[in-house]
Amino acid sequence: MTPTPLTIPDAAVPGTTPPAAVTPPASTVPVGAIFAPETVLDPSGPLAEGPTVLDDTVAPLGPWSGIVRAGQTLTIVDVGGNQSADFLVYNANNTAERYSVPDTLAAAGNAYLRTGSSLYSNEGRVLMRVVGNEIDRQDTIGGACSKESNTLRYGFHTEYQHACRENFLTEGARYGLGVRDLVSNINWFMNVPVEADGALGIVDGISAPGKRVALYAEIDVLVIVSNCPQMNNPCNDFNCTPLRMIITDTQTETDPA
Amino acid sequence: MTSLATQHPTDHVHNARSDARSRAALSSPFMPYRPAASSPFIPTDVDPAALTWAETVAPGGYTHRVLARGTRIRFEDPTGSACAHLLLFNAAAPGERLNTADTVKIPWQAYLGTDHPLLSGDGRVLATIAADTSGHHDAFCGTTTDAATLRKYGGSAAEGPTPSGRSRFLLAAAKHGLDARDLPPSVSLFQGVRIDEDGALRFVGSAGAGTQVDLIAEMPLLILVANVPHPLDPSPDYAVGPLRIHAWRGDPTGPDDERFTRTPELTRAYLNTIDYAQARGL
Repeated sequence: MTPTPLTIPDAAVPGTTPPAAVTPPASTVPVGAIFAPETVLDPSGPLAEGPTVLDDTVAPLGPWSGIVRAGQTLTIVDVGGNQSADFLVYNANNTAERYSVPDTLAAAGNAYLRTGSSLYSNEGRVLMRVVGNEIDRQDTIGGACSKESNTLRYGFHTEYQHACRENFLTEGARYGLGVRDLVSNINWFMNVPVEADGALGIVDGISAPGKRVALYAEIDVLVIVSNCPQMNNPCNDFNCTPLRMIITDTQTETDPA
Repeated sequence: MTSLATQHPTDHVHNARSDARSRAALSSPFMPYRPAASSPFIPTDVDPAALTWAETVAPGGYTHRVLARGTRIRFEDPTGSACAHLLLFNAAAPGERLNTADTVKIPWQAYLGTDHPLLSGDGRVLATIAADTSGHHDAFCGTTTDAATLRKYGGSAAEGPTPSGRSRFLLAAAKHGLDARDLPPSVSLFQGVRIDEDGALRFVGSAGAGTQVDLIAEMPLLILVANVPHPLDPSPDYAVGPLRIHAWRGDPTGPDDERFTRTPELTRAYLNTIDYAQARGL
């Protein structure tokens, strides 16, 4: 498949009209770097059947959120390859019920997500199911980066850098969510092996441009994603690229039995 | 057999009061010891006068404390079947709390053991595992929910024979003004889990009776403890044992301690923690 270039939308405030294309103002703000111009981008397409009800691009470094209704399927496309999509999911009608790593892992008896995995809530119920997956395994261990934890991992000099926790808090605030609503998350397209002696860490990815994961919503859910801006580890190939979020109306889900 | 009413003359307030007071010295296998120095299980290496907390937590029970920075907390599994599920918070600002992802990610180590930091999401050490004779712990599976407990044991009522860990934590948290949103994934002591190469979670259970884990409170600590079976415990029985806790005054980790410089991440974590504590006059 020939990768096709993807247009990155301007980061516009909803309800406002972007200014006409002019030379951007000079800034002293130390904004994080994004992908190199020669980067291969493959926007791919939905991994589930049915009409498309939403098709968004998540800019590098940025957050995203959306409601996925019961019976709909969210396809996340790793447009540039090995770009961690830090992912949280909530019961849209009761956000105190949200994705739970331990319940998901314990229910599956496995530390990774693959086709057939169920994303459990902290109340022990299934929020979404993985109905399509194009990489070997998806990370549940690594959690999100934060400015604060960056000081531990990389030194105090990295604290100013943007981080997923900032994205989660910013996007979550749109729904009245705060620090109490942030739990350990999924990292789609990030690779965190656990060695025999327990050694664990983020290593080079096993994804590629255009690789996808598809999540079927069992109930109405709120999804919050951080397109990981981390520039100190390979969770994004040190090359922050876009993500594509496609919601299709699957409705008639086939019973796996 | 005489009736309870006969055994306990409570037909009058004074009698009732006397009856109540007559039983003050009774003991239970599961209880807090107050003063802590009255514990029948004081560790031999501890000055009884320094104890600030002593308790045996019942199977299926829970406990909670706010502890001063520097406090040393010893958990003991006297039967080899306890499972101490722990949640830690900065007592001064409980939005800062245990972050299990950072707790395994920052040290580059999945398995809890001596010198492993229990990290908050704010780049600080809530507590350090200062000693560990078990090595069988888990930072991945959290505790049990009501739904999972109902599926596994056929019941999950908080007042019943098979309560969930989450219901324990909810009660403990409520005593500190916290609610369901304040309960992140927890860690557990004394029942081990290992991750196989393919990601499979392997329950390895207990290291045996009598093992101990010591924590050092590096922050003013709110600690919630639930003693319930591990989520992957293969036994169809709810067969958790009692959990023994002793805590005593001590010192937080400082630059003169060997562990302070054990890894660069630990050093920065302690520097962050000390920076916070000193600013607060702790």
